[in-house]
Parts: sequence; structure tokens; C-alpha cells
Amino acid sequence: MMNILLLMFTAILVENFIFAKFYGCCPFLGVSEKPDTALGMGMAVTFVMTVSGGVTWFVYRFLLEPFHLEYLKTVAFILVIAALVQFIEMFLRRFVPALYSALGIYLPLITTNCAVLSSALLIVQNNYNFIEAVAFGFSAALGFTLAITVFAGLRARMNAADPPRAFKGFPLTLIAAGLLAMAFSCFSGVHL
Amino acid sequence: MKPTDVLIPVLIFAGMGILFGVILAVAARVFAVKKDARAEQIAEVLPGANCGGCGFSGCAAFAEAVVRGDAPANGCRAGGAACAAKIGEILGMEVTAATPVRAIVRCSGGAGHANLKYHYEGAADCLAAERMSGGDKMCATGCIGLGTCVAACRYDALHIVEGQAVVDADKCVGCGACASVCPKHLIELIPADAKYCVMCRSPEPGALTRKQCSAGCIGCKICEKQCPTGAISVNGCIAAIDYTKCTSCGACAAKCPRKIIREL
Repeated sequence: MMNILLLMFTAILVENFIFAKFYGCCPFLGVSEKPDTALGMGMAVTFVMTVSGGVTWFVYRFLLEPFHLEYLKTVAFILVIAALVQFIEMFLRRFVPALYSALGIYLPLITTNCAVLSSALLIVQNNYNFIEAVAFGFSAALGFTLAITVFAGLRARMNAADPPRAFKGFPLTLIAAGLLAMAFSCFSGVHL
Repeated sequence: MKPTDVLIPVLIFAGMGILFGVILAVAARVFAVKKDARAEQIAEVLPGANCGGCGFSGCAAFAEAVVRGDAPANGCRAGGAACAAKIGEILGMEVTAATPVRAIVRCSGGAGHANLKYHYEGAADCLAAERMSGGDKMCATGCIGLGTCVAACRYDALHIVEGQAVVDADKCVGCGACASVCPKHLIELIPADAKYCVMCRSPEPGALTRKQCSAGCIGCKICEKQCPTGAISVNGCIAAIDYTKCTSCGACAAKCPRKIIREL
């Protein structure tokens, strides 16, 4: 139990997907204009990453390993994730329409989110068992949600500011992202 | 290398592909969402240009909003009265057409009237030119004339004439797609039956406007005094017509010393 909690803490803060590993920077910059859309994206990623963490674990353990096809894991995982996202989208549209419309366009976008693929690959690399795999997927996505929501809050503040013209818009966004990553780097000193 | 080294991965991946395909196909059937048939009927009578003039992302989104009651049945500007009547038939209610509007480019700086501050040689796009210190015109509210609005128009109603955009009132449906892309915010939607319009948006003082352009509003307020119904007001050296009060008498246009208020 203790090592699961440690693993989650590490995935959320110490090895934050965006600030420490630089995975999923595209949605991080693209969908962080408003705090509520950022939270929507974070929720969608959390949902998909948790489920895909478990499913890809099964595919790897019971399909790829027995046939010694580990070298094809990237292709296999992308296939699984794409199908999974499609399935989840249909499922939500039918049974949880409120969540479906809240997630909107972000759900299909996750198919190409590298954070999802990398979490599946890291799970394999670190030899996690099933529970650890699901916990890792969930908490890594939680770290992603934390990062994107905090950043969206920052950007909302920055919109009200009046920076020099050359910094307006995207340049300032990138600088703020860098500063935030530096702030998060203080967690890298934590050894658990 | 044995042939099975190739065959097994191919079979496994083909199997996975087929399995996922079947699962998704079944899921699509099982999880199918019943759509309101009226939304599809409405989408069929809409123009289908997806111009976005109604404020929704496309004709289908507008149709669904009408069925839900989130959008007025006469909300499609492009379709006009005929379209509103058809939607009314489908919904089984009386629908009156909205006041038709048309777009107008509020600038007269074409044909060499506006003075240039530099010679622009870049991408033929107003947004790109706007980045270069606000375009090549000295006037900060002058039409750049590179046709970003022309490209945005789905009804072939905008053309560049003598270096500035001009709206063809016969073709314009008032969707406002051009107005939302113009970096200078020069394009306005005015009532389609409006007779007169102030063809300038420069809020600069008269002396400055004269330096920048030989066809700019100098804020002399003659029109304001001429107007019998008080429809014209001059705010910050630029005249504006309130079309709810305008009676199209033409007194303003007759006396405008710069010939900026023009009959359309």
C-alpha cells in the first residue's frame, strides 16, 4: 500500500509529466486558455490514461510477451489507445452526455496525446504489476491535470496584464511555462 | 529467420485490428444516440454554408439549438425570410423573419486616398500585414486591402476594388464572417435597407486624419447639426449613424464636406 502511495506522489509531483518529463506539452499550451476548458482536458486525459494504463498492461503481458513481440509495443499501444478513446467517446455520448459535451473536442484529441502513450510505455519499462499500472496511469494524469489547471489560472491572470507588445500572447505564455517548470523542479530534490 | 517470425505478428495485429473494429462497430450500434428528426429536417433547409453568422459552429449545430429552443428560428441570417418560414413549418409555429442585415466596409481609403507609411511586400493577407506595425496605411483604421475578408466570404459578396474591400449588397447575406476576420474591425453589419453610411472609422482628430487620408472623417459635426432626427452623433471625431432613428432623408450626406457619408 505504502509503495503505491509513494508511486502516486512521485508521478504527480516529483516526476510531473509536463514539468519534469515534458510529455503532453501540446495540449498543455493549446488548451490552457481558460481554467474550465483546461480542467475538462485534464479530466478527459485522466479518464483515458487510467483505463489505457490497465488495458495496455493486459495487452503487453498476455499478448506481446508470450509471443516475444515486445519490440512492437509502440504500435500495439497506439492501436489500443485509439480504439479505447473511440469506445469511451461513444460510451460517454450515450450514457453520460453531460460529461461528453463538457469534454467535447478534447476527447478525440487525446488519441494523439503523447502523455497517454508514454505512460503506457513507462508502465512496461518499470515492470509494474496491474494495480501499480492503473495507479501510475491515474496519478500521472492527475499530475497533468494539476499542471494544466494551474497554468490556465496563470494565463487568465496574464490576460489582464499589459506586457510590452513583443511579449504579448504566446511569448509570455512560454516564459510563464518555463517559470512554472522551474517552480516544480524543486520537487526533484525529494527522494522517496 | 523462420516465416512464423513474420506471420505471427501480422496475424496478431490483424486480429487486434479486426477485434477492435468489431467492438467499435457493435458499440456504435449499441450506443447510438437518437437524434431529433426535426434537427435533420431543419439542417436540410438551411443554406449549408456553415458560415457561423448565427453564432453556432455550423448549420447542424444551429439546427439542434433551434430544436432545443436555444436559438431563435429566424436566427439564420444567410437563409433569410424564406428559410425562417420553412423552419417554422417544420416546428409547426409562426416565425417572422429577422431584420435583414448586410455587411459594409467602413473605409474610403482606396484609390490612393489613404497615404502609405511604407511599402508592404509580404504575404497577401491582412492579418500578416497587420503584424507589420498595423499595415501599410498611415491611418490605423484604414482598409489594408489584401482581401482576408474576401477569402472569408462564402457568398462571393466581397471584392477588392481599387485597393480596398467593397461589399456587393446584392450578394451579401449578412452572416458576418468577414467582420470577424477583419483585423481592423472595419466591417460592420447594418440594416439591409439602410440608405446612408459613414464610410470611415478613424477616431483621430481632424488635422491628423487629413494628413493620413484625403477621404477621412474629420469630426466637423456638420452632419450632427444637419440631422433632423438626432440619429447622428460624433464621438471622438468620428460620426456614427443610429439606424433606429435614421429616416434616410440624406441631409447629412448632402452637407458632408469630406463626402464620407454616402448614399449606398
